Amino acid sequence: MSEHNPSGRPTGSDAGEEQAVAAAPPGETGVSGGHGPTHREHERPTVLHQILSGSALMSVLAVVLALLIGGFLIAFADQDVREASGYFFARPTDTLSATWTSMTEAYIAMFRGSVFDWRADTFAGMVKPFTESMVFSIPLILAGLGIAVGFRAGLFNIGAQGQIIVGAIVAAWLGFHFDLPPVIHLLVAILGGLIGGAVWGGIPGVLKARFGANEVIVTIMLNYIAVYLITYILKQPAFNPGRTGQRSPAIAADATYPLLVPQWLWPGNGFRLHWGFVVAILATVLVWWLMERSTVGFEIRAVGANPAAARTAGMSVGRTTIITMVIAGALAGLAAGGQVMGTERSLTAGVAASFGFDAITVALLGRSRPWGTFFAGLLFGALKAGGFLMQSLTATPIDIVLVVQSLIVLLIAAPPLVRSIFRLPDPGRPRRRRAAPATTEATA
Amino acid sequence: MKLELQGITKVFGSLVANDHIDLVVEPGEIHALLGENGAGKSTLMNVLYGLYDPDDGQILVDGRPVRFKGPGDAVAAGIGMVHQHFMLVPVFTVAESVALGYEPAGPGGVLRLDEARRRVREISDRFGFQVDPDAVVEDLPVGVQQRVEIIKALSRDAHVLILDEPTAVLTPQETDELIRIMGELKDAGTSIVFITHKLREVRAVADRITVIRRGKVVGEASPTSTETELASLMVGRAVSLTVDKDPADPGEAAFQVKDLSVVADNGTVLVDDISFDVRAGEILCIAGVQGNGQTELAEVILGLEEADAGTMTLDGEDLLGRSVKKRLRAGVGFVPEDRSTDGVVSSFSIAENLVLDLYDTAPFARGLSMSPAKVAANAEQRTEEFDVRHTSVQDPISTLSGGNAQKVVLAREMSRPLRLLVASQPTRGLDVGSIEFVHKRMVAERDRGTPVIIVSTELDEVMALADRIAVMYRGRIVGVLDAVDEDGHPVNRDVLGLMMAGVPLDEAQRQASEHMSALAMADLDGDGIPDALQQGGEEQE
Repeated sequence: MSEHNPSGRPTGSDAGEEQAVAAAPPGETGVSGGHGPTHREHERPTVLHQILSGSALMSVLAVVLALLIGGFLIAFADQDVREASGYFFARPTDTLSATWTSMTEAYIAMFRGSVFDWRADTFAGMVKPFTESMVFSIPLILAGLGIAVGFRAGLFNIGAQGQIIVGAIVAAWLGFHFDLPPVIHLLVAILGGLIGGAVWGGIPGVLKARFGANEVIVTIMLNYIAVYLITYILKQPAFNPGRTGQRSPAIAADATYPLLVPQWLWPGNGFRLHWGFVVAILATVLVWWLMERSTVGFEIRAVGANPAAARTAGMSVGRTTIITMVIAGALAGLAAGGQVMGTERSLTAGVAASFGFDAITVALLGRSRPWGTFFAGLLFGALKAGGFLMQSLTATPIDIVLVVQSLIVLLIAAPPLVRSIFRLPDPGRPRRRRAAPATTEATA
Repeated sequence: MKLELQGITKVFGSLVANDHIDLVVEPGEIHALLGENGAGKSTLMNVLYGLYDPDDGQILVDGRPVRFKGPGDAVAAGIGMVHQHFMLVPVFTVAESVALGYEPAGPGGVLRLDEARRRVREISDRFGFQVDPDAVVEDLPVGVQQRVEIIKALSRDAHVLILDEPTAVLTPQETDELIRIMGELKDAGTSIVFITHKLREVRAVADRITVIRRGKVVGEASPTSTETELASLMVGRAVSLTVDKDPADPGEAAFQVKDLSVVADNGTVLVDDISFDVRAGEILCIAGVQGNGQTELAEVILGLEEADAGTMTLDGEDLLGRSVKKRLRAGVGFVPEDRSTDGVVSSFSIAENLVLDLYDTAPFARGLSMSPAKVAANAEQRTEEFDVRHTSVQDPISTLSGGNAQKVVLAREMSRPLRLLVASQPTRGLDVGSIEFVHKRMVAERDRGTPVIIVSTELDEVMALADRIAVMYRGRIVGVLDAVDEDGHPVNRDVLGLMMAGVPLDEAQRQASEHMSALAMADLDGDGIPDALQQGGEEQE
């Protein structure tokens, strides 16, 4: 409580303050008060607020639109379509049917690779794609929750990538270097990863709270540091005893996440799905409780929505910033644990893949609500899982998945664009009504 | 030029801001448009100025219907507007500001500033504005900046001048000057539409008064009507303009401030070595024109701003150096000046806003876990007690009107045992009904024996509420005086007004006895005798 902003006044230059300024209705800041056209006190939402308060419908429409545009890009990249378009004016139907074929084939392959493959020999084989999607979704959900908590506090945490890497280093080291009893070993490794991520996330939090350093810049820089840190560490004897390459020794069996569907329960299922997914579900529930039912969440939401009012009500904005970043980092550390102890079972330089960045998209698509983030993570996991089969079956480059993801971000960041495409009314006019945040939660 | 508005209707969504409003402004009259905040005055004027397109109705200039597609058309038709917030470029000179948007150009598009300068001088001389065309706008006092806006409108041949809440930012003396100018303009044949919610001013200057309530014209009044009559018309029911309160029964000095200074990061002294104390059970009003350090003083009491020197004690305990939370818990109640920025979190529910400072204490939280049921129950109780008009306590507070939102802030701050209440502009932007309510609550808190500090720029509010008045000017306290002297006479408005311009108490009293301002001359009780002349009369007792 005792720490305060060194300047005495809230520092500018961070998203939170801008929100506060933007949230002040122009009339109300006037000297004798507003006498605007309406009785209501207006709300001027910032871009972040707009994105986060958009309805679930907007998220769904953004995904649909992105898939549609992605479909046309698939068609453009397709050899048959290009050949057919060469004689488009002679026989336009060829082009159109080729376009349709390439689009549907690609997406059907994606569906088979991510949800249900009806051509598999066994039932286990048929549902395996969905378990793969779940496996891919674990780090996305966990890191996405971390980003989402940051968004709610008005913080742009771009550092999930670095937090995952540091968490992974700690978790892996605890996992292969020690020999502890079963269960305890796993718990220690999970906790280690969590702490590693929390520390890496806490650094920008402290720097922002104490010195007003912009969290966007600090987290991006810490990402670089983490990337080079893991490259360095994987060259050290302790992490790479045989100097065999960019891979640490395997995690001790006691420290790995057990498979969720063990062989003895369903012989020959071949699923990679592990208990990390349960951790992701538990984390989602916990984050929901934290944000909606705990004093910490109350502080985080108040500081995110209006730091000036939060300060006036006696909350410490700096302390809340640090707590938020530590929580965000801890969740990223959990994501790292899932990768290291569950999916990969050793530490590699690419352990974080692009999860830290995809998680930002996941949190945006989930509108920073815990269950929204959960389902957004599942969707992105499916896109990743489906992408592989799509590439091998239809020769569609897997990069199209990235394009679709990027389009989703683009569309979500521009709600008016989606609204105008689908001819939806602007909820901000004439009277602003907040979409019930419970819509996604209710479906869970 | 005669201006007529016929059946003007403007609808925003489900809100009818203007409902078939008829208004006639005769040539050379000062027509006051009186209404509460949110009554639809500004909407009407924005329609007239071409900023809004009316949904129905028409505008007639000298009997001919006109249609304004934008402010340009309105200006061309001879309508000028001085906005509440001036539309001036701070670094421009007066001449440049006046020329902006209407630049007199010579051959080859060269700006002819001398022409602009000449025009400023000409208008300034004609009406006695005393404005130097080469002065830089940001160096000018607010009152003079306003005159620049008026010159700007007149230089475009405005025959009808709309003044939107022109006195909000002025000292009483500057207001006087404005009233004089309005008289001159009127004599020169310019019509003035004067938008305000201040009754005293209306009665001092207006030839005719149109009262608007909830988007409708509810009546015309003459300047001879009493303030009470006008207020009732404006609010729609009988209101009492004075605050019923017994004389204070102050106890010991409970809150003491000594040699307090606040210096901004850039070295500007915001609060300059001030000392005062507030006794238990009295209301100390901090009067002064906006921006003279009152805001910072209030913030430093709560701990939002750090003091650079001095001491501050509450019941003998040192407050400085404690966190905001500790001061709140020590019993400091704080009603912030800017409700929407500092008072409430607009996306939070009413219930959440009511526990914004107590969310982590019993019964609302046990450990980390909050109890939504307790928070809601508390909200039901408080909204009932403070008469907050709402549909559900789970609705975002942004759905409430300003007055009701302010009641939420009061309900929150006054729901815990207080040892000091600090309220900054507690009635800014509120309707008359809410103002009444807020004032009553403040007095009730005083009667409970709490020391109360009210920061206000509204002289009427200060005079109505205060037991003692401290006037601030440029970060210093110019003087502290009793609101009612030993003989039971209320303090002279002119003395306060002069002190607000930095004149020391003695000098202010001397000057005030020689000269009486137009507003003090205004007749509050409508008995035909100006209030200022009743000083010492038994009516005041």
